[in-house]
Amino acid sequence: MRYVVLILAAAIVLFPIYVTLVDALLSPQQVVTRPPTLFPLTPHWGTFSTAFKEGDLGIYLRNSAIVTLAITAAELFTSMLAAYAFVFMRFPGRRILFFACLATLMVPFEATIIPNYQTILKIGLVNTYPALVLPFLASGIGIFLFRQAFLNFPHEIQDAARLDGCGHIKFLFRMVAPINRPVLAAFSLFAFLSAWNQYLWPLVVTQTNSVRTVQIGLRQLSLTNFNQLDVVFAGTILAALPIALLLFVFQRQLVAGLTAGAVKG
Amino acid sequence: MREAALGYLLILPALAAFGVFVFYPLVKTAYLGFFLAPPTPNLPSHYVGFQQYSQVLGSSEFADDLGRTVLFVLLTVPAGIIVGLALANLAQKKVRGIRAFRTIFSSTVATSTAVASVVFFTLLNPQVGLLSYLFGKEGGNGILQDPHWALPAIAMVTIWANIGFTFILMSAALQSLPEDVLEASKVDGASSSVRFRQITLPLLSPIIFFAAIIGVISGFQAFGQIDILTQGGPNHATLVVIYDLYQQAFQFNNPGYAAVLSVALFFILLLLTFVQFWFFQRRVSYGS
Repeated sequence: MRYVVLILAAAIVLFPIYVTLVDALLSPQQVVTRPPTLFPLTPHWGTFSTAFKEGDLGIYLRNSAIVTLAITAAELFTSMLAAYAFVFMRFPGRRILFFACLATLMVPFEATIIPNYQTILKIGLVNTYPALVLPFLASGIGIFLFRQAFLNFPHEIQDAARLDGCGHIKFLFRMVAPINRPVLAAFSLFAFLSAWNQYLWPLVVTQTNSVRTVQIGLRQLSLTNFNQLDVVFAGTILAALPIALLLFVFQRQLVAGLTAGAVKG
Repeated sequence: MREAALGYLLILPALAAFGVFVFYPLVKTAYLGFFLAPPTPNLPSHYVGFQQYSQVLGSSEFADDLGRTVLFVLLTVPAGIIVGLALANLAQKKVRGIRAFRTIFSSTVATSTAVASVVFFTLLNPQVGLLSYLFGKEGGNGILQDPHWALPAIAMVTIWANIGFTFILMSAALQSLPEDVLEASKVDGASSSVRFRQITLPLLSPIIFFAAIIGVISGFQAFGQIDILTQGGPNHATLVVIYDLYQQAFQFNNPGYAAVLSVALFFILLLLTFVQFWFFQRRVSYGS
């Protein structure tokens, strides 16, 4: 009985993905025949390369990879530096500056999108990679999470390192960062997923396929290729594949990574 | 002294980025709301003070936007949590092949909003969509073209796209429940439904609260699915606050109007977070 329910639930959850995969492998004529074909007896693998080349999926995926990696690296770096300063260094205004960083968690990006677009327009960066990356160089969540983690760093090690004449920068990259690898990894996964899945900002600042990310590319594909349904289906699968693989590889970090945004959304 | 200088230097990159792309634009947005867009694009916009705020926020259009947004949240959040919790509970028993089922239930985390939306855009297409065929609506009026069904359809897409996330969240929570308490209740002869309602559910309330907050906030920010599936139509049936904001700012050249909506959205989300925190702080059981 439990299996019946499990299989039924699995079938419902999988149905949209399964149909998309099957339809990607059917010929355009088969896609629209009724009753629908639910198993591709003669799969058309070529549709994937059509979507990759003529559907510009290759370009979109490359753009997304570049932009997402840049955002993730930048957020990781700036958050690490700031969190380190907040935990290990003494300077006037430390608390108030930390609260300023926390306050950014209360500001949804949508509430700032109009002036941000005007800024990008003013410096002439519309439709470039920097336009996609610049608003996301720092992360309040990153600073918050790293600070929490760094606070647990044993004082004895810190004192010993100081006595040995280890400077702050060296101490951060040789001791604090390696010990905190799990939280750095979880945050990186969260930052990567958030950046990869961005939709509104890339929609607003991109105008040509040469810089469009895969989310916006998919939108273009579904708008323009509607007479070639199989290509749209194949493109959808290609767009989801990198993240599916990534999540499979980083299964262990997944829960921490997904809930890293606990303080935001 | 040198230590202080280095300290400031280390937080400078983050603070500079926040200054330019969070704090300045937040203030600028509020300021833009004081300016009325000119009747033709090339004329200067003129200062009207709070007049535009009161006009937009008091309009029936805004009330309708807000009503549709709240309806969308009500359609997605409770159902999404119930589905996620039910699947997590279902996948809790250690039976053969359960790992495969867990992978399947988590699988939609790999689908972004755009992926999920394009999948359903084709499935719901009135001419060729398989779901239209299954619902017996093929060739007729499309579900997304029907003012009554467009918003629920988008809610369904959103729930499906979030199943993976909610499932993973609820599974992790279920696995962290204290075994001894559940065992004790079993020994005491509590039925499984009583156990679920009286023990599991209260212990899970923090995570349900977390999922609810995330759900409500992301419900107010839901954009991609509306952009791909209906563009706010048909007949404004899916015109939520955020989509109205986008159209006013980037399609109708009306940044002042959009800025007012941005400020409203900012305060709504702020308020929601505080209200929910307050509410759950009093009722949530923080077991273990």
